[in-house]
Amino acid sequence: MARIATTRRVVASTIGAWFFGFLIFFPILWMMLTSFKTELEAFAIPPSFLFFHWTTENYATVQERSDYFHHAMNSIIIAGGSTLIALLIAIPAAWSMAFSPTKRTKDILLWMLSTKMMPPVGVLVPIYLIYKSFGLLDSRIGLVFILCLGNLPIVIWMLFTYFKEIPRDILEAARMDGATIGRELVYVLTPMAIPGLASTMLLNLILAWNEAFWTLNLSTSNAAPLTTFIASYSSPEGLFWAKLSAASTMAIAPILVLGWFSQKQLVRGLTFGAVK
Amino acid sequence: MGQITLQGVQKSFGPVHIIKGADLDIADGSFVVFVGPSGCGKTTLLRLIAGLEDVSGGKILIDGKNVVDTPPAKRGLSMVFQSYALYPHMSVRGNIGFGLKMAGLAKDEINRKVEAAAATLNLTPYLDRKPRELSGGQRQRVAIGRAIVREPKAFLFDEPLSNLDAALRVQMRIEVTRLQKQLGTTAIYVTHDQVEAMTMADKIVVLNGGKIEQYGSPLELYERPDNLFVAGFIGSPKMNLVTGDPAKQHGASTIGVRPEHLKIERDGAGGWQGTIAVAEHLGSDTFLYVDAGALGMLTARYIGELSLHAGDRVSLVPDPARIHRFDEAGNALRG
Repeated sequence: MARIATTRRVVASTIGAWFFGFLIFFPILWMMLTSFKTELEAFAIPPSFLFFHWTTENYATVQERSDYFHHAMNSIIIAGGSTLIALLIAIPAAWSMAFSPTKRTKDILLWMLSTKMMPPVGVLVPIYLIYKSFGLLDSRIGLVFILCLGNLPIVIWMLFTYFKEIPRDILEAARMDGATIGRELVYVLTPMAIPGLASTMLLNLILAWNEAFWTLNLSTSNAAPLTTFIASYSSPEGLFWAKLSAASTMAIAPILVLGWFSQKQLVRGLTFGAVK
Repeated sequence: MGQITLQGVQKSFGPVHIIKGADLDIADGSFVVFVGPSGCGKTTLLRLIAGLEDVSGGKILIDGKNVVDTPPAKRGLSMVFQSYALYPHMSVRGNIGFGLKMAGLAKDEINRKVEAAAATLNLTPYLDRKPRELSGGQRQRVAIGRAIVREPKAFLFDEPLSNLDAALRVQMRIEVTRLQKQLGTTAIYVTHDQVEAMTMADKIVVLNGGKIEQYGSPLELYERPDNLFVAGFIGSPKMNLVTGDPAKQHGASTIGVRPEHLKIERDGAGGWQGTIAVAEHLGSDTFLYVDAGALGMLTARYIGELSLHAGDRVSLVPDPARIHRFDEAGNALRG
């Protein structure tokens, strides 16, 4: 027998869900609040939650001191570019592994994933030297390239699991219905794969947007994305909490908005094809 | 036209021989059922005919033309899959019309044909729904609609009713048979359910271990099984198979008697003696499972109600005209 959802139980679980939701969201909220405080209030103990002198001067200062739009544009190009290239490589790779697997397909997949098990710092020196010799340091192309390679294993894995979910029967039905390979691709496969492609793309965008290790180490100003922009506010001459918060809020705003509008696809992407 | 002939068709996956040389002649307009236990190769044989698998040897002739090198789409056959395999992103209309669209028909002609097919299958109210908004039975109808709308030379059914519940299965069984008779199109139907095979088929192909054991009408198979496998597989409950002395008396290694051909006597001295282990009273029939000592467990069927219970002694007398005799290799002895 199904459990009867009593009013009390519904209320309790609703409160519980909101509580945990709030708990998870709190750091972001705190950061946003801090960005509207003065530097002095940002430090104050006890901290004031809502009743402080609201100001937008941090945003003005941040934009004045470092060009937000320059960094934002870099982030868009680097995250977008690396995602696009990764998809272009991963789609045919995942496709062939899902639809005509060989004995070694599983091994190849595992090997690709194993590259993610190594800490990136382990190859920092050689990569840095290679980038230096090729003049790729502080270049957008260099960052697009490294982020694309870094995320490629995950992109291939995700697409592989999505493509595997497409039942073979349906492809065979299309063949019986007289569809050529090209038409099968256009009318049957692609429409069925679009949700998977969308969530893979979104997740990869977010990963690339937030990637800090390589972007911090391989860029200084020209190609520096928003991660570098945030980091520049934790400087040796002291932490400027309010300005750091303002910079962080501005850096995460675009991705937050994107995430808000694509929650459904994201959840599907994060469950990695485990739940149908 | 839809005459299908198999000549020495073989299929192996690596070293494993799935189909070991199948010869078969399927007449135009007939309803042929492939039946056999799971893993016997019946689905593989169907897929070979469809062209979804390549043959390892032999010929497949459709209307006299060898099609082993013809892609599935060009063979003029249509298939209904076990999983229905509907296109999830298309409406019912799109699903049924997809084959016609691929064939390059004009839009209004597609619409006219789709609507006619939908009317035949009572799908008209659902034409604009997506497959996920349909029940299992309705999805099944859409899959059938997709098959009939193309007016193929033959329908191939791969266990199409196995995902439906029992009541719906019986209803769809009747509908599929009726539809096939009405259209007069050749049909090949794969199932592991021998009741489906017996009720739907004009002719049954019994497959076992990649070999055709027997090909004939349902009653031929019931009355004259060629071997022990067919004898045991066709008929429900299963035929009683007896070895030893009673078989020797009939000059055979094994004899078989169907449960309905055993006369049940309460205290007779003749026949095979035993004790009832289980008695099933269905009202219309009574099934007795009798422990007959050295002969093993025997099943007897009585039409109507018989007030016998577990523990009662009975004697079972086989109808001499209905005894099937088999030699040591399991082949039927006749004459």
